[in-house]
Amino acid sequence: MMPTVRVQPHPFDTGAEIAALTHGRTDVGGIGCFVGSVRDTAAGRPITAMTLEHYPGMTERALTRIADDAASRWPLQACTLIHRVGRLLPGELIVLVLAASPHRRAALDATAFLIDWLKTDAPFWKQEHFPDGTAAWVANTEADTQAAARWTA
Amino acid sequence: MLEILYFAWVKDRMGRAQESLPLPPGATTVADLAAFLQTRDPQGAQAFIDPASIRAAVNQDFARPSTTIHDGDEVAFFPPVTGG
Repeated sequence: MMPTVRVQPHPFDTGAEIAALTHGRTDVGGIGCFVGSVRDTAAGRPITAMTLEHYPGMTERALTRIADDAASRWPLQACTLIHRVGRLLPGELIVLVLAASPHRRAALDATAFLIDWLKTDAPFWKQEHFPDGTAAWVANTEADTQAAARWTA
Repeated sequence: MLEILYFAWVKDRMGRAQESLPLPPGATTVADLAAFLQTRDPQGAQAFIDPASIRAAVNQDFARPSTTIHDGDEVAFFPPVTGG
């Protein structure tokens, strides 16, 4: 399986990505889908925008490795990982994970695995912008680390 | 030479996104390089004030403080990742 991995500033079209994932094949039984969007608050505090920074080169390597890990655990037929970078506004879509498999359980489990590991093992950093003009880098959460760790338990 | 990259608040505190640096004398690991940068100037002191809060990569693979570094390596320092 050759994963589709992209890091881009522009928006993605979820429907078009699902169509591309299954184009020309009739053996897919289900596609798991996770779409992340920018929330308008951070710890109860309103935010006006978010800036996503990443490590070009390493990011694509890390995402491909996570996809390969998922493919070694589930019978994946195809998968897509798209993450946006740059300045994003609340409500904008930021990340897309698709996983196709002959059966739904594998598709859903692989999708959860991919987003959990993306959050802990891909070099992205979020900076939140507040109405008063200040900005702060987001600290990683213990919940994210635990979400990923449950896959190795 | 080492190619050193900084991201997120490590970049902000260092006041730069990257630099080229000769391998510091006696430095053989990521931790050695971090210690060198911490004592080099006020920016480094501020960025590496709590080394446990900083992560590293060597040649675009996640690294540990004990990971060895060599002339020509690309070494990156950054906070724990927060994507998704």
